[in-house]
Amino acid sequence: MLRSLKSFGAFWYDFVIGDDWHVAAVIVVALAVTALLVHVAGVNAWWLLPLCAFAALGWSLVRATAGKSR
Amino acid sequence: MTALPLVLTVFVACAVEAVEALTIVLAVGLTRQWRSTFQGLAAALVVLAAVVAVLGPTITLLPLTALRLVVGALLAIFGLQWLRKAILRAAGYKALHDEASAYLREVAAAKSAPVSARRGVSDWYAFTLSFKGVLLEGLEVVFIVITFGDNQHDLAAAVVGAALAVVVVAVTGFVVRAPLSRVPENALKFAVGIMLTSFGTFWGAEGAGVTWPGGDAALLGLIPVVAVVSLGYTAWLRRRGRSAAGADRSGPPARAPLSETEGVTG
Repeated sequence: MLRSLKSFGAFWYDFVIGDDWHVAAVIVVALAVTALLVHVAGVNAWWLLPLCAFAALGWSLVRATAGKSR
Repeated sequence: MTALPLVLTVFVACAVEAVEALTIVLAVGLTRQWRSTFQGLAAALVVLAAVVAVLGPTITLLPLTALRLVVGALLAIFGLQWLRKAILRAAGYKALHDEASAYLREVAAAKSAPVSARRGVSDWYAFTLSFKGVLLEGLEVVFIVITFGDNQHDLAAAVVGAALAVVVVAVTGFVVRAPLSRVPENALKFAVGIMLTSFGTFWGAEGAGVTWPGGDAALLGLIPVVAVVSLGYTAWLRRRGRSAAGADRSGPPARAPLSETEGVTG
């Protein structure tokens, strides 16, 4: 039973989060900061999520290819 | 957004998944037996239909803002995963997904597995392989259909896009009786990654409370920006790879490229 639950959780983790959890973490944090900026500071921070998404993608690509040749 | 872009986006995304499922079904059906393969396929389709029937209407009960925040985050994460793999493949750092060699691997495995009957199925191996293959690829289709359909309040259009993709790929596959290796899979995945990331970013930010300049029209600006950034990363990695390869010729031998083992997507 525990093994089934573990493999079920592993499947969904792999399905949604994938190979690099840092990307998911950046998106979640960026959304939280965006919500804070909009609702607390009154800043319409529409630009923050796209910028963070591009940065997260670049960071992930750099780490995936660090020290590797094609 | 009108129904046509929604149908087209879902169609392309689902066609990619359908091509991968078709490779598994063809390999098992042609090597083992069609009856058990079709039983596995049918069982997976029943499970997927149940997931859509339960999740589709349930998700629409959420308030639109919460729905956009959650679905946008998931889509952006999911889309960035696709983009990352597509960029690594396009830049030569990761092996291209090759349907022909995937088909040969499945055929070799199917030939060596013993035949055993279980629970009214005459070939349990063919049943389970077909079931798992269709279910796993189908879950991605379901995810895309539900998120796009619910967010645009047009689940029917998303279902039409997905159904068309599955029918076109299935009919083509069974006519040619071979894996669809000529489909430019990485280019399609690149395009789908751009669309998923753009829609996810747009909806996620809206869910967090922002107002996009220009309203829904901002999406038409966001998609090309995501495409340009992704192509820029690809070009940069290619250039960096060429420079590293040049340096390697006068130094230690290059390491092997990343293998095709990561994740369930792509």
